[in-house]
Amino acid sequence: MKLRFLLPVIAFGLLFGVFAFMLHRTENEGYDPKLIQSPLLGKAAPSFRLPKVESPEQFVDSRDFAGQMYVLNAWGTWCVGCRQEHPVLLEIARQQLIPIVGLDTKDELPSAQAWLAQLGNPYTATALDSDGRVAIDWGVYGAPESFLVDAKGIVIYKYIGPLTMQVWQTEFVPRIQSAQSLPTKS
Amino acid sequence: MIVELGHFALILALCLAAVQSFFGIAGAHTNNTRWMEAVRPTVAGQFVFLVLSFVCLVFAFEQNDFSVLYVASTSNSQLPAIYRFTAVWGAHEGSMLLWLLVHAIWSVSVAAFSKQLPNQLISRVLGVLGLLSVGYALFILLTSNPFERLIPAAVDGRDLNPLLQDPAFLIHPPMLYLGYVGMAVPFAFAVAAMIEGKLDSAWARWVRPWTNIAWVFLTIGITLGSWWAYYELGWGGWWFWDPSENAPFMPWLVSTALIHSLAVTEKRGLFKSWTLLLAIFPFSLSLLGTFIVRSGLLTSVHSFAADPERGLFILAFLAICVIGALTLYAWRAPHFKSDAGFAGASRESFILINNALLVVAAAIVLFGTMFPFLIDAFDLPKVSVGEPWFDTLILLPGLPLLLLLAFGMHASWKKADLSKVRKPLGIALGVAVVVAIALPALVYHPASILTYIGIALAIWIAISALLDPISRWRNGHSLSLSMVGMSIAHLGVGMFVLGVSVTKTFSDDRDIALSPGNSAKVGQYEVHFQSVRNVDGPNYTAVEGEISIKDNGKEIAVLHPQKRMYRVQQNVLTEAGILAGWHRHVSVSMGDSLGNNAWSMRLMYRPMLRFVWLGTLVMALGGFVAALDRRYRRASVKAPENAVANGEPVRTT
Repeated sequence: MKLRFLLPVIAFGLLFGVFAFMLHRTENEGYDPKLIQSPLLGKAAPSFRLPKVESPEQFVDSRDFAGQMYVLNAWGTWCVGCRQEHPVLLEIARQQLIPIVGLDTKDELPSAQAWLAQLGNPYTATALDSDGRVAIDWGVYGAPESFLVDAKGIVIYKYIGPLTMQVWQTEFVPRIQSAQSLPTKS
Repeated sequence: MIVELGHFALILALCLAAVQSFFGIAGAHTNNTRWMEAVRPTVAGQFVFLVLSFVCLVFAFEQNDFSVLYVASTSNSQLPAIYRFTAVWGAHEGSMLLWLLVHAIWSVSVAAFSKQLPNQLISRVLGVLGLLSVGYALFILLTSNPFERLIPAAVDGRDLNPLLQDPAFLIHPPMLYLGYVGMAVPFAFAVAAMIEGKLDSAWARWVRPWTNIAWVFLTIGITLGSWWAYYELGWGGWWFWDPSENAPFMPWLVSTALIHSLAVTEKRGLFKSWTLLLAIFPFSLSLLGTFIVRSGLLTSVHSFAADPERGLFILAFLAICVIGALTLYAWRAPHFKSDAGFAGASRESFILINNALLVVAAAIVLFGTMFPFLIDAFDLPKVSVGEPWFDTLILLPGLPLLLLLAFGMHASWKKADLSKVRKPLGIALGVAVVVAIALPALVYHPASILTYIGIALAIWIAISALLDPISRWRNGHSLSLSMVGMSIAHLGVGMFVLGVSVTKTFSDDRDIALSPGNSAKVGQYEVHFQSVRNVDGPNYTAVEGEISIKDNGKEIAVLHPQKRMYRVQQNVLTEAGILAGWHRHVSVSMGDSLGNNAWSMRLMYRPMLRFVWLGTLVMALGGFVAALDRRYRRASVKAPENAVANGEPVRTT
């Protein structure tokens, strides 16, 4: 049997090996590709000060949110998943449970403004991270990503991929409620 | 009751599939004629039961039966009837049933249109298709059953994803599945040939029309997906290299290679083991793409509910099919010897290069799609692989492929003789270069070298594709349908490349503030904002702009973009005003009021965008025409060597 005829089966075999390994991790180690362990989890959220998309002469500063829980949602007008996610964010915003801070990353101001104007604005404030530096600080791996930051400024949860109402209800809401029911000692 | 009937019909179909695969493979192995004769009726029976099963599910949707879990999670009583129908394949479970139904359609077609094939071969082919049916049906019944009951029943359903409430969704998934699943036919033929240990030009001639038709559906499916993304996502792009787009694109690339390689195997008895491999690949990549999109390991526009159990099942199925077929290949392929040799610049060489380049392209797409995932698996540093990466890398195989296309079309079989075609191709190239220089200069504006190359290649390919049929027609030679099909498909390639080159380079996007009375320019068009007024719709109120589009001072259209506020849900939706035409799209959408009667507006100009989709549809048409060639329906076999020796026109694909 010549080696070259074995090559395809070897290549695909290796590929399937990788797949199986990933599925194994998904099942047994609680690995979830949408929930990649962020080095930030349990640590202080990186600070930032960036121009505000809604009114570029103002700034969005991470210190503005000190003392309250918020969701940081990293997005961009170039991201398909973000467009899919957008109605969910609008719905979440309407519940007024928690402020959503937008981090518009690797984007241009006019496109971002047009996006918010066209699709509606779920954000309390949107920071324009045009060169993507802040997104790197936050370890944004792909957009959209949503971080839950507690009142002490600690990142307590991270979700990768478009949010759905189901994810919101099962992953975010319980964390928000349990964090709010505990008296914050600081 | 109806729902249980559908469930039961699905189980019966599974049983028949098991019988089909046993009689098909064992019957051919023992050369038991009665067993082999039993195969076709089981295929037909399976088809009938699956249609019944599917109709039952449709009925449950039609009746708003929210005691069915799947109906409750994808439909809603307020959903218009047409979308209640499309919601059947609006999520994972139903779309798998559609997948299986489409597989049954292919199986029953192969069974019906294969009277001229040797009994053993067709029996093995149907046996392999039966094995695949068993796998699909088990997958549905064990992990994704759309007939599962919800007790107590839901009051109302959770509704279909609004993005999917679009007419394109009625036809896009069925088309795509016809293509995806159809790749199982060449796969089954390849496995049958390997079991049998026999592969001749007759085999290639039987596989060719099936491959063509599956490829046509795949092409149309991908085109519709792109069109849908453009309209529904509405921000001016038509291809995003999203995993769900790459999933059908990979089998498309390798099946395009297969179509070409099959031509060589049929005409010249060459490339046998290579053709076998290419026949295995499209189906393998179809399954692989499905696995990637459905296992939840990658996020994409189509986020199906992720479920590791499903992922494991698809992976096991994928591994059995692909590893099984490729092991068989490693064992059997060395025995398939080519019947003849060929010279350097012959058509065989060009097709071999075409194959290599298309496979490289597929490998690039596969690598890029898998990349985020490989990074996780091996904890590599995070690097982003996005649109620019794909756009650049795809040119590596893409440009040489286009460059060699015109030569390949006109090279002769076997001989390395390009002298006869040098003159016509040279003239065509001259015309192409002139157009490439003139078009940006006269109509658009100067551009990068890549744009000129793109336009020149596009025109050159289009002219070269037409040269052959025109000269044959003028000289009174006969034209076979497969030749006409080849010319049409290659003309489509030219149109597609032209569309991509122009729209990528000369598109224009403006985001500006306008007040009534003001104007702005997008592309060469003047956009004049005339007035704004309030209008009432059935369930919304809207602000409507009146915008006139002027070309050289002459008004050519009046657009009415709206900003709608839906009363019930208080949703704001933008309805763009679009001026569509064969040579450009101009769209205007209204943003927010900026006070002082000024409005933010988004203006988009997309020159020759339609050529992108028109080009791929023309390719599909070409594939279809070629599949109609009478030669494929003849039972008698003509030795390929004789055909060349007799000087019969064999310059067909």
